[in-house]
Amino acid sequence: MSLLATSSQTVGPYVAIGFARLNNDNLAPAGVTGERITVTGCIVDGDGEPMADAVVEIWQANAHGRYAHPEAVSETPLEPAFKGFGRIPTDASGRFRFTSIKPGRVPGAGAAMQAPHLNVLIFSRGLLKHLSTRMYFPDDPANTEDPILQRVPAERRQTLIARQGTGRHELEWNVVVQGAGETVFFDL
Amino acid sequence: MSDVKGYRRPFWDTQPDYLYPHYRSTVKRSPSRPLVVLPQTLSEVTGPLFGYDDIGGKDDDLTRQHEGAPLGERIVVSGRVLDENGRPVPGALIEMWQANAAGRYRHVSDQHDAPLDPNFSGCGRLLTDDAGRYRFMTIKPGSYPWRNHSNAWRPAHLHFALFGLGLAQRLVTQMYFPGDPLLPYDPMYNCIPDDKARQRLISVFDWENTIPEFALAYRFDIVLRGRDSTPMGG
Ligand SMILES: [Fe+3]
Repeated sequence: MSLLATSSQTVGPYVAIGFARLNNDNLAPAGVTGERITVTGCIVDGDGEPMADAVVEIWQANAHGRYAHPEAVSETPLEPAFKGFGRIPTDASGRFRFTSIKPGRVPGAGAAMQAPHLNVLIFSRGLLKHLSTRMYFPDDPANTEDPILQRVPAERRQTLIARQGTGRHELEWNVVVQGAGETVFFDL
Repeated sequence: MSDVKGYRRPFWDTQPDYLYPHYRSTVKRSPSRPLVVLPQTLSEVTGPLFGYDDIGGKDDDLTRQHEGAPLGERIVVSGRVLDENGRPVPGALIEMWQANAAGRYRHVSDQHDAPLDPNFSGCGRLLTDDAGRYRFMTIKPGSYPWRNHSNAWRPAHLHFALFGLGLAQRLVTQMYFPGDPLLPYDPMYNCIPDDKARQRLISVFDWENTIPEFALAYRFDIVLRGRDSTPMGG
């Protein structure tokens, strides 16, 4: 049997009420190991206007590079308190903020390992399909050998790499949906 | 060893483009650069999984979340979540939200001059069962005006958001009602190029699941991306 996937539609302007129950801006509750990080950022549209009605979703591996998912079979440990899912609505200035831990490296194709990254989905009014992107970490030596970053034209790679914020564990990562400095989005 | 079996990309014309100028908000919110094709890795074929801890007891019945009953026509909305290979997707989380019978959302930004219903929040969620089945009890939402163009009205619809088994299966869609006269005028419905794909967003009147003297019923099956049978190369 071969069916065709249902068509995507926008979440519309009222997504916040539908998504609120599973909002989560702290992915790493007490007991989770790893380097704590706080990520803040802003989502802007093609006019540079903040997108105040967007939702950011995060999916990430734990500090050992293991996803909390049955297909992620590896020797590295799971941590029951770490689910790897975050969901943050943007505020009136289009900003989002969440805390987590820096993920470990997860396998790529073949024997390659990927650099630590967060998988990010963005939903909002005006998006007929959600956007898929990734956030990588500044100055991580693994970035230069990451198979996905390597597919991205060099001059656009920086859009996927967070900047060091003021504190040691603070990262800043902005998303430009359209126009100059447009963030790289993926066709998964 | 770590090569994964990927999810197939959508069939031609069955998905909207990001830019669809008739829906005005897409003009400044659509990426202008082509997407970078990403060979799926463990990061994309895994994804968040949910359990009964994430669901409240009355989350699948939007008519029983308050002291009194909401106004409106009670309906059962049910169906199956399958993948493109025809296999049921069990344990899929479905989030659903909608306007009340008067066409008003319980959201601060909704300024439509129609009454709120103190007995209706308009939000539900559930997990599909082992056969991929789901069932909501709710009320039929009203149509509502929006400011996209002169005298723009949304046909009655439910918003659905689904988590399948992996990030690549994430889907947000809307369900419409058969015979709605507003469908031909709605840019959101019409953003899908393929006519048959568009029509699959219209639920089917479901006589078998009506509840005598209590509720009518609509059926809406949802298909998530299916997996290839062989691993993809690098
Ligand atoms: Fe709506």
